This record gives sequence, C-alpha cells and structure tokens, in this order.
Amino acid sequence: MPYKLLVGTFKGLVILREGKGLWNISDVQFEGLSVSLLFIDERSGMWWAGISHRHWGEKLHFSSDEGKTWEETSVPSYKNYFYRSGHQASLKRLWVMQHAGANKPNCLWLGTEPGGLFFSFNNGKLWNLVESLWNHPSRLNSQQWFGAGKDFPFIHSIEVDPRDSNHVYIAVSCAGVFETKDGGASWQAKNKGLVAAYLPKPDAEIGHDPHRMLLCKANPSVIWQQNHCGIFRTENGGENWKIVSGEHGFPHYGFALAIDEKDSETAWVIPAQSDEIRIPIELKLMVCKTSNGGKTWTSAFVKPPDLRSFDLVLRHAFTKQGSRMAFGSNNGNLYLSENNWKNWMVVSQNLSTVNCLLFSLPSNE
Amino acid sequence: MAKVKFTSALKRFFPLLTDIEIEGSTVKEILFNAEKIHPGISSYLVDDHGSLRTHLNIFIKGDLISDRQTLKDKVNHSDELLIFQALSGG
Repeated sequence: MPYKLLVGTFKGLVILREGKGLWNISDVQFEGLSVSLLFIDERSGMWWAGISHRHWGEKLHFSSDEGKTWEETSVPSYKNYFYRSGHQASLKRLWVMQHAGANKPNCLWLGTEPGGLFFSFNNGKLWNLVESLWNHPSRLNSQQWFGAGKDFPFIHSIEVDPRDSNHVYIAVSCAGVFETKDGGASWQAKNKGLVAAYLPKPDAEIGHDPHRMLLCKANPSVIWQQNHCGIFRTENGGENWKIVSGEHGFPHYGFALAIDEKDSETAWVIPAQSDEIRIPIELKLMVCKTSNGGKTWTSAFVKPPDLRSFDLVLRHAFTKQGSRMAFGSNNGNLYLSENNWKNWMVVSQNLSTVNCLLFSLPSNE
Repeated sequence: MAKVKFTSALKRFFPLLTDIEIEGSTVKEILFNAEKIHPGISSYLVDDHGSLRTHLNIFIKGDLISDRQTLKDKVNHSDELLIFQALSGG
C-alpha cells in the first residue's frame, strides 16, 4: 500500500508518494500559500491543513479523500476576548491540532497564537475558546506568558493521554507545559526541573520555552521536550523534568524532536548551534539519537560533513512513522530515512521553507 | 446601490465573484450584504472583531476609507467601492 508524505511549506502543500523506494511529488495543493498546520486524524482518516494568508487571515481546510479535494471550515474567533493590555485579541496563527481521544469522536483540540486553546465538539464546525486556560492567572501575568520570536505566546504541542482522554498536556512558547486531568476544566503548570536561562529566576514555575513536546503513547508517563534551554525528559508525567542534553552540551539547542512510538527510551533531535547562531553545528547537518533516555547521544550525518549546510529544521518539520523518518528545512530541503535514521536520502532541494510535515496513514489505493 | 469591485486575487477563493451592485449606506452594511451573496467572503476581508484586515484597503470613489475599525464610512447611491489588497513582497 503506498504511503504519502505531506509537506507543508511556505508556498504550498507538497504531497509526495512512495514507489519502488523513491519519493516523488504527486500533487501540490494550496499553491503559493503558506501551510502553517498539518494534521491527520487517525480516527477518521481526515486530513487538516491550516493556511496562513498574507492578506486574508488564517484559514482551516479539511479533506475526506486524502487531499484530492478540500473544504474550508470555520476558524477560531477571539471576538469578545482581550489581551492583557485591554486591546481586542485576534487570531494570529493556527499552530497545532490534535484529536481529543478515541472515546470523543468529532472532538478536536486546536492550539493557536496568541495563546488560546480551542475545542470543537463537531469536527471543526465551531470552535470554543478554553476559557479556563485563557483566564489562567499565569496568562494574565506578562512575566509568565509572553511571545518569543512572535509577538504573542502560542500553543504548539498538544498531547492526549491514550489511557484517559481527559488527561491532556499542552506546551506554550513562552509559558511552559500545562496539564489538565479534567478535560480542560482546570490547568496546572508542569515545569519543575526545567531551566529558563533567559529569566532572572531560571527555575521559575512559569515562563519556559518548550520548542516541541511529545508524549510516548506506549508509556504515557514519559514525555520529551526539545526546549530553548536544552532537551528535557520526564518519567512521571511532568512532575519532574530532567535535562538530558548530551555531555559537553551536544546536542542541546534546536527545535525538532521525534520519539519512538513504543520505546520510551528512544528519541531523535536535529541540533542547531545555539540560540544566537541558528545553523547546524559547524554547518554539519546531523540527526542525534538516544536509546537510553538521554544518557548518551550518537549522531548521524545527513550529508557528508564537508558539504556545509545551513538547514534549520522548524518544530513541526520532523516526523517519524515506524522505521521511516523525514524532515524538511527552512531553505527548502527535504530529507528522508527508510531505516530509522541510519541512512538519509535527499528527496528535494527545491521546496520553499518547510513549516510542517507528516506521513499519511496507509492508503487503500 | 453601490458598485463594488473586488480585487481579482479573491476570485481564486470565490470563483463566481464579479463586479456587482450591493445595497448599503456604509462600508459595514455593504460587506454584510456581500456575505449574503458570497458566503464566507467577510472572513477574508475583516478580522475577528469586524475590523478591516491589516493588508487590505477599501476606496470609496477613489478615497481610502477612514474608519478601518468599525467601517462606518458613508457610501452613497452609485458610489464606486474598490476592495484591494495591499502590495507585499516575498
């Protein structure tokens, strides 16, 4: 059964199809438009795409036929909601979508900038702001929720506990990780052990900058995050985070993260040199892997190290499905491994900035 | 009835869009009535609060509207109303 790779770029959705070991572009959708969000609902097989127009605002589309046709649906509204300054809030960007669990059909979470989390009971026809989080005392404090690289904080990771769909984690840049155990009625910060080196109090309860957070579905007490200040892992559902950046600071900084679906000890990151210098370390593009919960890391060069590379991989531009992994970079390169990172192929060097990518579910075609 | 001309860039999303006469005595009323003819178009033109999107311009008889927030600029019968996107790079 053929697989597809969906690549959301600054200039359109590029769909590649696997055949005889090669990946070729089979279709391009939303030509010329920036795809800010991709999500495939494993419950229904429905594809979702968030489009960030330069003139017309943020839009949300879904496809029931694996991208052949798309319909536009409503986007969340901040009408009657306000920033701390008292000015009216407005939707800046759609960042991440997640289904709300197998026992909640048609229910979806949606994370946005400027920091609002939305929930839909009817498969995206209507979105309701999760007021318990919007009104969380920490969000009303400018030293606890704030923008980083963007004017406003944004929710970029949503992870639902497969054992209990009322148990959800979100990650906010900048604020940190929050947990609900009651389906979103209340939220608690879960940032103990994280470091915010850019704050006067680096161990502050809130004000952290997770770049990407992923929960191990097979062992949901284990959560990983690539943070602005290192790589962190928790074994107790966020009660305590431990830094697992490598010895001598390698790997440490970056945005992209992938974890093994079954083995909670195994994860991959794509390091960048530092906050100040956001290029591959010494211009050598590599993927780093740990198989022991971050105690040690090993690296694999994606390109020969003498081929200097300026690829930076954004937070949603690294994905894994089984033994397949793929990532795309800010300068339009697309790389893929069929054997869990050991060997990498260059699939394209001609895309636009890759914002996000995903493998499709197996197709019946 | 004002004569409303839309930027051709919107035809990609609303293929049936043409220059059209629309009832209304303010910009807000005209956009409200345009939504009845082309459902969904208002979300392309105004933000969460009904204000004109940042990179859009509306002209009445060649003059830029002054009230981008609440769209209360007056539109007289047979005025020409142009809806254009701002130029951008990249």
